[in-house]
Amino acid sequence: MRDIPTNPDNLIAGETGDWEIVLGLEIHAQVTSDAKLFSGASTEFGADPNSQVSFVDAGLPGMLPTINEKCIEQAVRTGMGLNSEINLYSVFDRKNYFYPDLPQGYQISQFKQPIVGPGHVTIELSDGTSKVIGVERLHLEQDAGKSVHDQHPSMTYVDLNRCGVALMEIVSDPDMRSAEEASAYVEKVQRIVRYLGTCDGVMAEGSLRADVNVSVRRPGAELGTRCEIKNVNSMRFIRQAIEHEARRQIEILEDGGKIVQETRLYDPNKGVTRSMRSKEEAHDYRYFPDPDLLPLEMEAAYVQAIRDSLPELPDAKKARFMADYGLSEYDARTLVSDRESADYFEAVAKGRDAKLSANWVTSDLFGFLNRTGIAIAESPIAASQLGQLIDRIVDKTISGRIAKDVFEVMCETHQDPDAIIAEKGLKQVTDEGAITAVVDQVIAENPDKVADVQGGKEKLLGWFTGQVMKLSGGKANPQAVNKILRDKILGG
Amino acid sequence: MTVKSELTSLTLADARDALARGETTSVELTEAYLAAIESARSLNAFVTETPEQAIDMARASDARRAAGTVGAMEGLPLGIKDLFCTRDVLSTASSHILDGFQPPYESTVTTNLWNAGAVMLGKLNMDEFAMGSSNETSHYGPVANPWRPEGDNRTYVPGGSSGGSASSVAAEIVIAATGTDTGGSIRQPASFTGIVGAKPTYGRCSRFGVVAFASSLDQAGPMTRTVRDAAIMLGSMVGFDPMDSTSVDMPVPNFESALTGDVRGMRIGIPAEYRIDDMPEEIETLWKQGEAWLKDAGAEIVPISLPHTKYALPAYYIVAPAEASSNLARYDGMRFGLRVDGGDLTETYEKTRAAGFGAEVQRRIMIGTYVLSAGYYDAYYLKAQKVRTLIGQDFEQAFGQVDAILTPTAPSAAFAAGEKSGDPIAMYLNDVFTVPASMAGLPGISVPAGLSAEGMPLGLQILAPAFDEMTMFRVAGVLEGAAEFTARPKKWWLS
Repeated sequence: MRDIPTNPDNLIAGETGDWEIVLGLEIHAQVTSDAKLFSGASTEFGADPNSQVSFVDAGLPGMLPTINEKCIEQAVRTGMGLNSEINLYSVFDRKNYFYPDLPQGYQISQFKQPIVGPGHVTIELSDGTSKVIGVERLHLEQDAGKSVHDQHPSMTYVDLNRCGVALMEIVSDPDMRSAEEASAYVEKVQRIVRYLGTCDGVMAEGSLRADVNVSVRRPGAELGTRCEIKNVNSMRFIRQAIEHEARRQIEILEDGGKIVQETRLYDPNKGVTRSMRSKEEAHDYRYFPDPDLLPLEMEAAYVQAIRDSLPELPDAKKARFMADYGLSEYDARTLVSDRESADYFEAVAKGRDAKLSANWVTSDLFGFLNRTGIAIAESPIAASQLGQLIDRIVDKTISGRIAKDVFEVMCETHQDPDAIIAEKGLKQVTDEGAITAVVDQVIAENPDKVADVQGGKEKLLGWFTGQVMKLSGGKANPQAVNKILRDKILGG
Repeated sequence: MTVKSELTSLTLADARDALARGETTSVELTEAYLAAIESARSLNAFVTETPEQAIDMARASDARRAAGTVGAMEGLPLGIKDLFCTRDVLSTASSHILDGFQPPYESTVTTNLWNAGAVMLGKLNMDEFAMGSSNETSHYGPVANPWRPEGDNRTYVPGGSSGGSASSVAAEIVIAATGTDTGGSIRQPASFTGIVGAKPTYGRCSRFGVVAFASSLDQAGPMTRTVRDAAIMLGSMVGFDPMDSTSVDMPVPNFESALTGDVRGMRIGIPAEYRIDDMPEEIETLWKQGEAWLKDAGAEIVPISLPHTKYALPAYYIVAPAEASSNLARYDGMRFGLRVDGGDLTETYEKTRAAGFGAEVQRRIMIGTYVLSAGYYDAYYLKAQKVRTLIGQDFEQAFGQVDAILTPTAPSAAFAAGEKSGDPIAMYLNDVFTVPASMAGLPGISVPAGLSAEGMPLGLQILAPAFDEMTMFRVAGVLEGAAEFTARPKKWWLS
């Protein structure tokens, strides 16, 4: 275990002094693949119960697993995204236990020799700092089916659709020290797998979920006894479960008690964790190499070909955005939060002012998308359209103020900015003659205010500008208006 | 036209040739076998007879032949060990726990046989889940050996686990049968019933659709009346199968062409370690005789050493039960087969498995569970795997010096029913000569070579290097020719 300096901000004050939380996570990420890990059955979410079950998944006699190469490739890609060692030789083992949603009576997993070895990810925290979290390993395994307990008073229903679906279990080192760090870690892993296209990362559908190992200790002391909170399936629940579990453990320790190593479940309705099974009740899984599957051997060239096909990952993209576009860390971080946003930004910024582009994408576009709950991929405004809008600001066809109105219309009608500007006659008036006529009219109608300005109340010039802009329907170029007003009233 | 009663005494090769010459038809042949099966029910060789299906398949075969399409097994009626899943036909592994199980799929090996034109007569009795050496552990009752000593009316065991296969081939109620061999389950019953049983190299036959006992050892093979029959039939069973990750993608030679009758200049190894304590004199004598036959045929006899032989059987009884304990976990009463309801889930599991599995299967599940348990894994399973590696190395070294190895198939002739069923260790010792090659994944064949003092058949075993079935068949053919084993059991079950 790496030595991580204690951050005083993370300490929890107890009755008897400060405590530090130590967290390690096991993330289960469902592999994006058309077929299951060892059978050809479909993996689509939301199908009718037991409609996506092959004879292999159902554990029928004489059925044998055959590996789906796509899942191997996805695991390797993910390993590379986690900056991890790729093991050219790995072994599938059987993890034996009885449960009705596990038809074979064992789960095929990887125990001693996983496909991916040690690596790390960098997480970014709200105070602007970042931290490196170690990744111990990633291994492939089969998901189990789903037991449904609430359909019948005394019976359990079993849906085997999920049974055999490929999961990547990503095991972190116990490097996290706060709920924020834990959720930042999950978010980062989620971002990486989405960039890679190896997992869709939808926690609500269970395609990404986490087991959280929580222990507490006095700062700098030996590790405490940990409890594992199983299957937490939202970022908010991860934070809540950790906060609750840490407080529970501190209370026990401060009362002179001992933590019992056990598996717990988080109940989001009550906001508590409760015991699922103790260490004594833990299964003896009797792991042994699956004799139906030969060890998995990959050629270096195969792995290299995957490496060559990797997309740019979030960390590298962020660094490039800061270096090449001169963006702030904050803007760059926001833009790389997913691949589509980053691609969108780059399409807008191409050949344009990068900071202006970043502002329009992060505040106006993201603001609109967030308000309406629309994903960037479904944005009603194409990157080329937003680019055109920016071009019209830069070439002074419209003012920044008018551009906001045009943007609103674009959101509604999906029209090109040029079409909206033409249709609504929003083209900025820079013709001095036309502006002068309006200025003359305002001066003629307000002789007293003209006198006030000439008497020293120069602030009133702003009021004149407003009147001119109003009369011109906002189309007059504000700089030109100001200049002409000054010339006329103050005599340059 | 051949007389019907003579039809069932034709070898597979002779029947194939008779069909080719138009001297008989598949329907005629099949009807003769169905009649023979009916007359031999006291052997208890079948779990399920499929006469209607057999006639349908025979008719279809005759029609194919008439149309000019003739597969390598065209029209030949077979028995299928009940470990092979056959579509819509009860497939039980001779276990109560598979009550009523009719798989919606067909094993690859049987698919290959049907594609070659063969006809299915039915499903053959066996030791439950292929665990046993006497066919006494079957839920469907023991199978009788067609052989019994002169003047002895007791039932003798046919060996196991492919007891129904062995008995039915020896009794001439099938032309040939499929068997499976995990530690000797083809070769030992072949030896006990005076027939030929061949286990190919692990990986030759697909395990897809074969109910698993010990996945790293299970291998299908033919059980026939002659070496030639075995070579023909094996050719139609093997082949790469993408549905089995352990299946081997290698060219399949014409095994029948291995039967040159010539072993001149070949080197035949005689392993010193197979000369075990308490081996009956007549086994020793037969082995010596085999040596002499091959030497007379021009082979060179070479004493060899396979030093880890004595550890093979103990290691096998760790590895095989370990895999079995996991493979048999799927029989939980939830989705198919027997279910005995209990008060809750755990009790349903317990009652179902207590009622569904026989004593020997339960014993092996418990042994297997134990050796894989935390704290015991290294001492038992891991150590046994290391022994397995050493056994493989023994053979590799030996095959650096010799082309094939000659040993007895089993340490005794068939024994009377009930004689060893109370003593698992005595029963396990039946496999002492067959297990080492299983552990190494090597091909082996048992050839009938003589009779015991009591008049019961005895076999000799030929082992060959991995994927060298050609050498195995070549030597076995010469041994068979020299032995001139023509004895047949008296058909006591007809009276």
